[in-house]
Amino acid sequence: MSNIPPGLETLDYSFPGHRQAGAFAPVLVGVVGSGNLEVLLEPASGTQCDIHIETSARGFGAIWEAVVRDFHQRHPLAGVQVSVNDMGATPAVVSLRLDQAVSELAP
Amino acid sequence: MTASISVSYAECSARERLARLVDTGSFHEWLPPSERVTSPHLAQLGVPSAFDDGVAVGRAMLAGRPVFVAAQEGEFMGGGVGEVHGAKLVGLLQRALRDQPDAVLVLAESGGVRLHEANAGLIAVSEVMRALLDVRAAGIPVVVLIGGANGCFGGMGIVARCADWVVMSDMGRLAMSGPEVIEASHGVDEFDARDRALVWRTTGGKHRWLSGDCDVLVEDDVAAFRAAAIAALDASAPVTLERLEGEHALLATRLRLLPDAVDGDEAMALWTRLGVADAARVPDLDVAAVRVLRTS
Repeated sequence: MSNIPPGLETLDYSFPGHRQAGAFAPVLVGVVGSGNLEVLLEPASGTQCDIHIETSARGFGAIWEAVVRDFHQRHPLAGVQVSVNDMGATPAVVSLRLDQAVSELAP
Repeated sequence: MTASISVSYAECSARERLARLVDTGSFHEWLPPSERVTSPHLAQLGVPSAFDDGVAVGRAMLAGRPVFVAAQEGEFMGGGVGEVHGAKLVGLLQRALRDQPDAVLVLAESGGVRLHEANAGLIAVSEVMRALLDVRAAGIPVVVLIGGANGCFGGMGIVARCADWVVMSDMGRLAMSGPEVIEASHGVDEFDARDRALVWRTTGGKHRWLSGDCDVLVEDDVAAFRAAAIAALDASAPVTLERLEGEHALLATRLRLLPDAVDGDEAMALWTRLGVADAARVPDLDVAAVRVLRTS
């Protein structure tokens, strides 16, 4: 028997960034479907990249942390709020969606 | 550049369909994802929300004319209509009454009521129907486009048939109870939901075209849906007593067409009695060939 209680798991990460995103219209990619996720990028004040995750797959915090840390190394964004709604996407899918969202930012 | 390459409507997400269906760059969304108007119910059940609750609504231009549009995302909860999702559709329709666009387009893809939200979802669907009929009565055509992989079922199936005009692709499906629901309630002998050919023969776009339940049959191609939507901009058909009686007569005739016991496939037997020659060929024919088979 699992001792993980039912319900969503909420995870928050924050990284200091040095690539200022500036002003941009919010970007949404992906869909909250089985094995998939949606990623919303919004401008934020400050020099942090804040990442908020809500996921139906509980107990994978360590893997999420590794995935978003890798993401921030690829894209050290500053002044960005990343919000994720996840329905059990694999780490590879999560990384691709995050990169897809950033690619929509590029001028 | 790539304009001539066909893009599958079924394989697009709701937002991709919207972007390609209306005039380029003209979609202005109301309650966009950044507003986070999400379901108040799903998180309590341990189910993730979507920032738009599975439907995008707004205004756009279509061939240079102002329209209101809604697009349901079938991959999120099967396009199920929850409280917020339904309220967004109702708000769009009520705003159409006020602002009088040339048409309202509904890119429907839904299994019907989102069961997680129970009565709130049921009430939402009934409010959508009421609002849609108000818009139709005001002479603003409501055009429903059906071509998503999840079809258009349950309450949204009824909503579609309340509209002025229904556009379907052969990939699209339209019905009240979905295949799994029929199998669960009446048994696999009555309906085998895993028999995809049977499912499409009885709910698919070709069947709906031949039986007169949709107004246009198009290829699974976003450009074809766009052309059909443009052609439907003046398709207003307000509900009148005459129109209702005509609809009842059509349904009564269809009910009498089939005997109680059919030898062989029921859908093909119905097509035959509707006057379709060599009905057994229909599943293998392409859209253009099926389009000319409709007899009335």
